[in-house]
Amino acid sequence: MASTPIAVDRAENFEKAKFEKVCSILNRHARRPSGLIPILQAIQHEYQYLPEEVLTYVATSLDVPAARVFGVATFYAHFALEPKGKHVIRICDGTACHVKQSLPVLNALREKLGTSEKNKTTPDMLFTVETVACLGACGLAPVIVVDDQVYGQITPARAVALVEEIEAQERSIETAPVIAAEQPSAEAAHA
Amino acid sequence: MHSAETLLSDPTKAGAGSQLAQLRRVIICAGTGCMANGAMQVFERFKSEMAGSGLRVILELRPEAAHDEVRLSKSGCQGFCQMGPLVSVVPDGILYTKVRSEDVPDIVRQTLTDGQVVERLLYKDPATRKTCRGLEENPFYARQSRFVLHECGFLDPEDIREYMLHGGYGAARKAFVEMSPEEICKTIMESGLRGRGGGGFPTGRKWEAARTQNSAKKYVICNGDEGDPGAFMNRSVMEGNPHSVIEGLMIAARAIGANETLVYVRAEYPLAVARMRRAVEDAEREGILGKDVFGTGLSMKCEVMEGAGAFVCGEETAMIASIEGQRGMPRPKPPFPAQSGLWGKPTIINNVETLAHVCRILNEGPEVFRSIGTKESPGTKTFALTGHVANTGLVEVPFGTPLREIVLNIGGGVTDDAGKIWKTGFKAVQIGGPSGGCLTEEHLDLGLAYESLRSAGAMVGSGGLVVMNQGTCMVSIARFFMEFTQRESCGKCVLCREGTKQLLALLDDVIEGRADQNTLDLLEKLARAVQVGSLCGLGKTAPNPVLSTMRYFRQEYEEHVFEKRCRTGRCKALLRPEINQEKCKGCGLCVKACPTQAITGEKKQPHHINPELCIKCGACATACKIHAVEGI
Repeated sequence: MASTPIAVDRAENFEKAKFEKVCSILNRHARRPSGLIPILQAIQHEYQYLPEEVLTYVATSLDVPAARVFGVATFYAHFALEPKGKHVIRICDGTACHVKQSLPVLNALREKLGTSEKNKTTPDMLFTVETVACLGACGLAPVIVVDDQVYGQITPARAVALVEEIEAQERSIETAPVIAAEQPSAEAAHA
Repeated sequence: MHSAETLLSDPTKAGAGSQLAQLRRVIICAGTGCMANGAMQVFERFKSEMAGSGLRVILELRPEAAHDEVRLSKSGCQGFCQMGPLVSVVPDGILYTKVRSEDVPDIVRQTLTDGQVVERLLYKDPATRKTCRGLEENPFYARQSRFVLHECGFLDPEDIREYMLHGGYGAARKAFVEMSPEEICKTIMESGLRGRGGGGFPTGRKWEAARTQNSAKKYVICNGDEGDPGAFMNRSVMEGNPHSVIEGLMIAARAIGANETLVYVRAEYPLAVARMRRAVEDAEREGILGKDVFGTGLSMKCEVMEGAGAFVCGEETAMIASIEGQRGMPRPKPPFPAQSGLWGKPTIINNVETLAHVCRILNEGPEVFRSIGTKESPGTKTFALTGHVANTGLVEVPFGTPLREIVLNIGGGVTDDAGKIWKTGFKAVQIGGPSGGCLTEEHLDLGLAYESLRSAGAMVGSGGLVVMNQGTCMVSIARFFMEFTQRESCGKCVLCREGTKQLLALLDDVIEGRADQNTLDLLEKLARAVQVGSLCGLGKTAPNPVLSTMRYFRQEYEEHVFEKRCRTGRCKALLRPEINQEKCKGCGLCVKACPTQAITGEKKQPHHINPELCIKCGACATACKIHAVEGI
């Protein structure tokens, strides 16, 4: 990389922006410890996950022990302490989906993307495959949700086809003009 | 435009509501199910097609709507999720199912312009093959008693004025202006309304307990944390008629003397969260929520909080902990939340469906409410009917309705895995989710109510009814629920935390062929211990699915344990794949397919599977063209 100073600059800007956003979220909730869950939800909405340094920052700002913030963050299933892939595929494993064979769908997706119970995200950070207790769309069982779009009465083959579609889209983005991707760094250099 | 006040107080305008019922309307279901199947595309297509057809289309409901106008609107869940997207045309009484945007021009031309029915979009009853024009002929709807759900599928959830034109907030007004808190509590007690969230505690008594507490600050919480896998009625009400929930909350708050309310919605329901938030904003704008409710000088606040994905938060004290920003762990009762709840103040927590019933009780009187259902369990209950059944969706029936009516008549019968009707396929119904139990063929004529279900070892729970066919392994189902409760146990009580883990391990032993008589004994003993040694409802009821399946399907457990056999073939470890020596021609296809070289044999001679090497992957069975591989 020829432009190391720019990269450092960007990283610094990013760090600054990161905490600025956290601060504005904290302010919005009046820095009350009772608002911890909505605060963490807003932070996760912003970053897709809860970075460790942000959690300690939140604990200091709310004047509560870090253990309490981590305790809450690890208690609820919705909080992710690790970054998720660009596309999140959630397979419903509620009772209705389960009796209508949601497991073969899960297995087909795991096999296709090489993920597992432990490693839910692909190494290229493109996909995360996870299960969820019930999405409440039981009438359409089995159900999967890809990036907040619900797909009902899914089969293993259709699920894999959906993934292939997204992969194809991603490839077409990658091969798109490189200039577009470089523009932000140029802006960052100006700033 | 009429102000909220005139809509509520002027009786002639209230009469406009019934006139409006005559207005021709196209209602597109916008519940999660139909949205997933493309209801929004259908809605947009209607908008463009109707604009070009010369019809006078209105998107916003006004009291002075002209007769030749057609109103196009979205609605909440109409309940028949599997057949979505649903489009109803009223007052013609037509229900179109599985409507695609390509079908819209036909509906506009044939139905709206010429008054004809588009036959191909009507629902065909899979049992009788009869075409059903509307709700009256459709067995799924005709056999229900829809009160809570009716409005869900008719009103536009994002339009507060439509709710008000149909008499909405009238009950809240009555509660604030005409009734005293004592009278409200008395009316609810007389109605016999019981909590729809699971336990079935009398709502009026809960309110009365909170009302008599001497405290300046009290809270009302609406429990919309429907964590039960396989249940979605609360989601439908919050999405379909959010104002009825707010109205119920206001009445409850008035009854106990609270001025702050909160709706705790499950995070997996983004649409419900959005619609509830929108409804609160609209109610604030119309002055229904705010500093001076109905000119009484009383204030009323409503907040919507999103849960963060913990099943245990459906328990009252755990939910309070969660709202206070803590880990959602229950605490011992007493003190009950009605005495000391949120921030140590008297708090009542009611389920979404309970609150939705409240408005009707106040409007029509407790006698009307009591007139249906059973003596101990009056009123109607919504069930989410799912699983191996022809018509899946939301079903609202009076308490006491026999299971047979719901599964075979409303549900249209049991299906196989491919969705075809399987006349003799009924095996069991799991009711009440991970806290509930199984009902079998002997219970088909059991009326569903709180007491009758408890004596059958099940419970109403939040009302998920999952139908299972003969191809379902009951041990695996018990394991499925145990895995769920084990994962969701908060970890506070040792017997719940460790006990569920051990129960799961024991069930795995059964499923994977390592079990003996001791396993079964231990399973039962431990299940009873977990019931006794846990603090909250989660642990107390966690062993129910195991105990209930062991009670009704003992033979199936014994087959797994003593014969190492699963009659449904779902338990992979118990499979014994063999090659039928008479059928096998020795072509060698299976040898090539086998990933572990477990199959041997001379060419053109019958082959054998070595059970030591076999991993039961089924590749040989798939490869064999003459189906000589059996038992997998």
